[in-house]
Amino acid sequence: MPGLSRSDVEHVAHLARLGLTDDELGRLQGQLNHILDQYTKLAELDTDSIAPTAQTIELENILREDVVTPSLPVEEILRNAPDAAGGYIVSPPILSDESGG
Amino acid sequence: MTDLTRLLAHEMTDRLRAGEITSRALTEAHLDAAEAGNHALNAWLTIDRERALVEADAADVRLASPVGAADAHPLLGVPVALKDLVSVKGGQCTAGSRILEGYLAPYDAHITERLRAVGAVILGKTNMDEFAMGSSNEHSAYGPVANPWDLETVPGGSSGGSAVAVAAYHAPLSIGTDTGGSIRQPAALTGIVGIKPTYGRVSRYGIVAFASSLDQIGPFARDVRDAAALLHAVAGRDERDSTSASVPVPDELLHLPASDDEAAAGLRGKRLGLPREYFVAGMDPDSRRRIEESVAALEGAGATVEEVSLPHTDYGLATYYIVAPAEASANLARYDGVRFGPRLGDSDVLRNYLATRGRGFGPEVKRRIMLGTYALSAGYYDAFYVKAQKVRTLIKRDFDDLFERGFDALVAPTSPTTAFQFGAKMADPVAMYLSDACTLPVNMAGLPGISIPCGLSEGMPVGLQLIGPAWSELELFRLSRGFEALTSAAQWRGQEPTQLDLTTDPAQPTPAERAQALAQH
Repeated sequence: MPGLSRSDVEHVAHLARLGLTDDELGRLQGQLNHILDQYTKLAELDTDSIAPTAQTIELENILREDVVTPSLPVEEILRNAPDAAGGYIVSPPILSDESGG
Repeated sequence: MTDLTRLLAHEMTDRLRAGEITSRALTEAHLDAAEAGNHALNAWLTIDRERALVEADAADVRLASPVGAADAHPLLGVPVALKDLVSVKGGQCTAGSRILEGYLAPYDAHITERLRAVGAVILGKTNMDEFAMGSSNEHSAYGPVANPWDLETVPGGSSGGSAVAVAAYHAPLSIGTDTGGSIRQPAALTGIVGIKPTYGRVSRYGIVAFASSLDQIGPFARDVRDAAALLHAVAGRDERDSTSASVPVPDELLHLPASDDEAAAGLRGKRLGLPREYFVAGMDPDSRRRIEESVAALEGAGATVEEVSLPHTDYGLATYYIVAPAEASANLARYDGVRFGPRLGDSDVLRNYLATRGRGFGPEVKRRIMLGTYALSAGYYDAFYVKAQKVRTLIKRDFDDLFERGFDALVAPTSPTTAFQFGAKMADPVAMYLSDACTLPVNMAGLPGISIPCGLSEGMPVGLQLIGPAWSELELFRLSRGFEALTSAAQWRGQEPTQLDLTTDPAQPTPAERAQALAQH
């Protein structure tokens, strides 16, 4: 499998919403490729007929009674918010001129 | 007068019940030790004296009441430390990250509620690798933790602070989490007991998530009985964590044999497997000798030990480093600078994300988010993530096959090496990841695994790992208690960490200063 190029790394960083410096992008390119080399080992195994494991204990859906229980008070939640007003969390603008909408 | 910090938790229980000591005195002794040792060890991110003393006084009231103590849990009045990813209402919960700086937990984790219900005293929160990602505690945003056996070495990770708090007598008990070895490996490197229970054994409600199909909560202690008592206190079904199972938690966890003879006799006739793949390339030969001596001791006590194979062990590392980062990249999407934590860019929401996450997360966390995002991205999902989940099936089957053949448990090293120097593995992430080669397959299979001290190599602790089938914690504790009994007279058994005396000297460098000095060599 070909390694990650610099623009691949930039693309993944964008998908992950990580703002990385040029130095970080350069370092990560080398490190990620080194780690991805380890992954190639898995290709040795024929897994065509093997079912994937997402979790290891045999749990079935567990239903509970649909009873109303108290939620956390709004003021307790807002205390952790970087910006709040009128009982709401204030978010930075989603649409702005600079980001082009 | 006895130094109260040197008592085991069950000895504290006995003295509390006999009215010989108070929980306040115990708690003060531990708070003093934690405060005195934190400069040189950096094991604690917060020490909450005020809250701890309130809890201690409440425990003393219960202990003194005519009905109180008799039916109470043994941990009533006993101090405990929590890894700083366990929510304690009104307290910080940083998970070792800058991105949670200033966040105050609005509710108690399930295990915090359980500890309060039994009357344990929470001393504070311990240092850890950021978001539990690391094997050395050097990835904490709040500085590394030193190992009291050699202050220039790491304590292991990610629960390094919890391990050191117990090893250095700041607390008799602590809570850690284990996603790929984060309880067992630091327990081994600091010479104490640590268990990762079966996936689903302990509710994770109120715990900061790393990789949700792997994370489990477990105890650290200085002996097997104490670890079992702490697991007993926190285990069991909680409807707020849909993966917590309704498997009964046996009260026998509180009644492991006190007598060494009885404990050792329990090993007779046990059938143990020794997986040959766990003696990995790069394993330190002297650590290996400690494991071989331990196996000989178990055989001497009447257990049979057969060499067995877990043929997919070698694929564990690659599988883990796809599955865990993939789950982490999804779990860590919630740290967005909108609802809690610092917000580092304000002009629009995308810039806020990039700045807050780019600057709020440390290098190892960013590396794993990148790996996970890549493994889940369009075009690579089948090649990486689905493939890894299939190999996970093969790894789990290896274990299932052995337990179906009747093995009571598997015996293995916990870590390929003893504690390493600060900086030794920081430049090469894969070298760091290999620290968990013997522990992470157990998480992949969802099984319980315990690390117990089995001797020293060049003066540094070595851990023996016992791995059992799902829900076999009681059996693992019994076997471990048997091994502990066999080695009760060993010279290393009563030995305190070699550099413990230095840790209370305020003139000693901090762990960060030591790491920096070593890096300049």
